[in-house]
Amino acid sequence: MPVRQLLAGGAAPRPMGGGVEKFRVPGLLIGFVAVAVATSAGLLIGPADIDRTDALKELLDRLPFISVDSGLSPIQKNIIWEVRLPRVALGALVGGTLAVSGASYQAVFRNPLADPYLLGAAAGAGLGATVAIVTGSGDGVGTFDLVPLLAFVGALIAVALTYLLGYSSGTQRSPAALLLAGVAVASFLTAIQTFIQQQNVETIRQVYSWILGRLNTASWDEVSLLAPYAFASGLLILVYRRVLDVMRLGDLEASSLGIRPQLVRLIVICAASLGTAAAVAVSGLIAFVGIIVPHTVRLVAGASNRVVLPLSILFGAAFLVFVDLLGRSLASPAEIPIGVITAFCGAPFFVIVLRSSKRTLG
Amino acid sequence: MNLFVANEVGVRIEDVPILSDVSLSVNTGEWVSIVGPNGAGKTTLLSVMAGLRKASGSLSIDGRNITDLTLRERARLLAYVPQHPEIPPGMTVNSYVLLGRTPHLPFLGMEGSRDFRLVEQVLEQFDLSSMGQRTLESLSGGELQRCHLARAIAQATPIVFLDEPTTALDLGHQQQALDRIRLLREEHQVTVVMTMHDLTLASQYSDRIILMSKGRIAVEGKPAEVLDPIRLSELYGAQVKVLQVDDHLVVVPSVSKENP
Repeated sequence: MPVRQLLAGGAAPRPMGGGVEKFRVPGLLIGFVAVAVATSAGLLIGPADIDRTDALKELLDRLPFISVDSGLSPIQKNIIWEVRLPRVALGALVGGTLAVSGASYQAVFRNPLADPYLLGAAAGAGLGATVAIVTGSGDGVGTFDLVPLLAFVGALIAVALTYLLGYSSGTQRSPAALLLAGVAVASFLTAIQTFIQQQNVETIRQVYSWILGRLNTASWDEVSLLAPYAFASGLLILVYRRVLDVMRLGDLEASSLGIRPQLVRLIVICAASLGTAAAVAVSGLIAFVGIIVPHTVRLVAGASNRVVLPLSILFGAAFLVFVDLLGRSLASPAEIPIGVITAFCGAPFFVIVLRSSKRTLG
Repeated sequence: MNLFVANEVGVRIEDVPILSDVSLSVNTGEWVSIVGPNGAGKTTLLSVMAGLRKASGSLSIDGRNITDLTLRERARLLAYVPQHPEIPPGMTVNSYVLLGRTPHLPFLGMEGSRDFRLVEQVLEQFDLSSMGQRTLESLSGGELQRCHLARAIAQATPIVFLDEPTTALDLGHQQQALDRIRLLREEHQVTVVMTMHDLTLASQYSDRIILMSKGRIAVEGKPAEVLDPIRLSELYGAQVKVLQVDDHLVVVPSVSKENP
């Protein structure tokens, strides 16, 4: 039957045997369960002496139509609602944002090892935070602290510089030029940051504490600072999930299907970089989330961006909340910086991805 | 009726002319093959005709200047299959063919039941229904070629551009691929423009052949008019014979025993 006749009508629609989104519904359900489990664990477990059953009652008490007396003291309630919950919320937002940003970078660059840190976001944020700390504008704590603001600005400037440099040196011809520009910008900004740090050795501990990543200073202020960027960036990336599958065909074939690959790349990079800059600004440098989570999702659920992108948000959120829980539990009452744990898991994972990328990843 | 017209098309790369003053037209329902030696400009011409490469001159489809069309409008009129299409790792046959519906969807919309129904039918016509869940990497060369053609047909355009569609296929698969294109052309009323290296196959399947040389059209016409042994020998720098076998022309190399 000719295509035009098919378009005009014909047989009743039949499902395509699963096809593109085979894993989507069960994957989303598992993702929501993972977030719920990680979040509950993050709220119920901690160094403060709070009975878990009572803590659970306290959480249930806040649900609509449920009234339970937890028997917790006001201080204990305060620990749950003002210490643990913002920390879990921030961990989920940062994890989801970093994971979906990594997945979207890998999609637009068609490179399994791409992530926003490669375009200088981490180096720019590091420089911004270092400047804020050494000039005494902040110590990484407090509502009016300039560290998140300068880290955010630094990350955005770095990505903008990378884009300008890459564009002027041939991004039109090859997206690889942009990644190389990112390496150059990151090296340059890291050199400046190291120089400033060495000139101000008295603040070296604070700078390192920020660079290693932390959620221990999380407050509702930081959650409300990140949330709008995280939601806007995540939403924009999700809206492009079908188009990003077309981009997997390369620029020429995507153009032949009516897509403007350079425009899509610019929009997705801007969205992912904005989200990453905001995440880095409030949490410091937490590496490898954008590599570990999307690749694990791909190995289990397939390579379609329609599935990978939403699942990366959910599993990224669950992953970082869980890793943070490990960081504050393994050496309790001391804390292991969250960036150390993600790097500890991420570096070997990176090698595995590198070795298997030719066979399974795209 | 002229469906596609190219007028004085030219392409230069770093001041080297790749295409010069190429003017041609393609009629509705016609099968045109572009042939010529390596470096003659066949692939460049095809990508220019598909609107994927900037060029001087003008191109029009169905009476509309191609530059007046948005990329999406253009993709609803012209489908293009490159010589070596990308094979996205982990992509299933279903998903791949479904991408052909892209120009017909709202920019940020999703496929509807009509798109799924059409793709099911196209998969059936290409004998791909049973392998819809397989990944592209797991397919043979012939099966992959069917997938590329199926995606182009799912695009539902009046004209399809195919760059060397039989490259890397053995004799049997070459014939099967071209037979399938012929069948589809008749069933879907699609106009076909393709580049080819094999002059015999080009002559047996095409209505018209355009012979390119050094970025220009050397000659065009019916296969019997174009495939002149003296002209081919001159343009290809090789000794060839053109034989008549049954109703078909066969172009064979003529190797001299004295000068092996």
